[in-house]
Amino acid sequence: MRWFNHGIIEKNLVLMGVLTLITVSIGGLAQIVPLFTVESTIERVEGVRPYTPLELAGRNIYVREGCYLCHSQMVRPFRDELERYGAYSLAAESMYDHPFQWGSKRTGPDLARVGGRYSDDWHAAHLRSPRAVVPESVMPPYAFLDRLLNMGDIADHLRAQAAVGVPYTAEMIANARADLVAQARPDLDGANFSARYARARQGTFDGNAAVVTEMDALVAYLQMLGTLVRFSDVTPEQVRQQ
Amino acid sequence: MPTKIEKDSLTGTDTTGHEWDGLRELNTPLPKWWLYTFYACIVFAAVYVVVYPAFPFQGATGLTGWIAREAVVDDTRNAQARMAPMMTRIREATPQQIADDPELRGFAIAGGRIAFANNCAGCHGAGGQGAVGGFPSLADDDWIWGGQHEAIRATITHGVRAGESDEERISMMPRFLADGVLTLPQVRDTAEYVLSLAGQATDVAAAGRGAELFTENCAACHGERGEGNRDVGAPRLSDRIWLYGGDKASIVQTIAYSRAGVMPAWGPRLDPAIINMLTVYVHALGGGEN
Repeated sequence: MRWFNHGIIEKNLVLMGVLTLITVSIGGLAQIVPLFTVESTIERVEGVRPYTPLELAGRNIYVREGCYLCHSQMVRPFRDELERYGAYSLAAESMYDHPFQWGSKRTGPDLARVGGRYSDDWHAAHLRSPRAVVPESVMPPYAFLDRLLNMGDIADHLRAQAAVGVPYTAEMIANARADLVAQARPDLDGANFSARYARARQGTFDGNAAVVTEMDALVAYLQMLGTLVRFSDVTPEQVRQQ
Repeated sequence: MPTKIEKDSLTGTDTTGHEWDGLRELNTPLPKWWLYTFYACIVFAAVYVVVYPAFPFQGATGLTGWIAREAVVDDTRNAQARMAPMMTRIREATPQQIADDPELRGFAIAGGRIAFANNCAGCHGAGGQGAVGGFPSLADDDWIWGGQHEAIRATITHGVRAGESDEERISMMPRFLADGVLTLPQVRDTAEYVLSLAGQATDVAAAGRGAELFTENCAACHGERGEGNRDVGAPRLSDRIWLYGGDKASIVQTIAYSRAGVMPAWGPRLDPAIINMLTVYVHALGGGEN
């Protein structure tokens, strides 16, 4: 005597339809309901700002090259991770990430707090030839990033980010290209770049001030990762999710 | 539709009753071990959802009240309490005192090795061997900013040209060609003279012409005989250890466009005790001076 027989469901179209609907609904709710409460999970910390145009271009290269396949950007709340990388990642730190780059595979180290840990020179040398500076590295070389950055569509990238909720102002979008160049070539800065993007560092990221390359963009992005929130000023109340 | 369910003679299992051109399908049940493991997983999930925080609603913490972010705070606090007696002694001692005390030294070297691997090895190499391109070796006695304990600690704490500390190590070599101080032939002659300081010149005539240029332009920082000056971070040129490569092309590039390596300031990032441990560790890598 069997207490359950899938034959009964398979032979009854209405019953099968109802049970399928229930099963799919549970899965759907588990994905959709958290979206309505997402506001309460973002901590109220100060300092997080939208990416500068150059950082956004670098982030696009990070996604294009599939860096997330080997590098996570998520310091988890475990002591060993805190000892190695620093403060655990906050939801607020990736609230302007579309799509987020948390990742789960760590062939290489986590990059959530890599900003400022190495010099620009090191990043450029390491991306061009990882084993020239870290002999035991298994990372592939990205020397081709020394080519010119395609920046014609940068305003459209800002516009697209604004459409999904990143607070880029009309002024930021209008000045996107000028801001991009201003960050990589501070000698040309006539615009109001640093007023629009707080705590954004200008520099010759790839060591060559004459042109703006993909290397400039990627290094600028890596050098700001995890640096926006000053953890010495953060109180426990601010990181409480509610 | 199934026509006739019968028992298969070979396996003893029922058929589904379907038949296609004489082919029949066995209705083999799932293995019992698999089925019960599956049921156990469902039960586990139900319990987990109740006990641990699983719902994204305000105040939903689960029956145990366990929260990862609070657990890690306790975890860290407990570990710090365990290490506190030694860490306090390390923090309050000078690097020299640590190096002189066998107990403190053993603790500092062990901790310094880990901190070095995590924070320093990317640029300076896993064994402190450095890399060509401006990443100095820490395992030799060719120091740029000094190899005594206090000098090493100051460099680690304040960094080099990173703009993160008022007391950082900073000096700026002129861009002799780019800023129009020297012509390209003069740069080449000076490079040849620099090579001759370590007995590596190939063009004696050019080195001779470069000698005067060196005295006028380089000796103020690098010394009359290229012995270097740690007060201004001017590397010694009279040895065969090179930061950016010792071939003539690299030296011409250095003189023409200058170099300015950057090291972050670790004072704002690391506990003073960790910096003391790193100081003792780096000093012990091979080139420490007293």
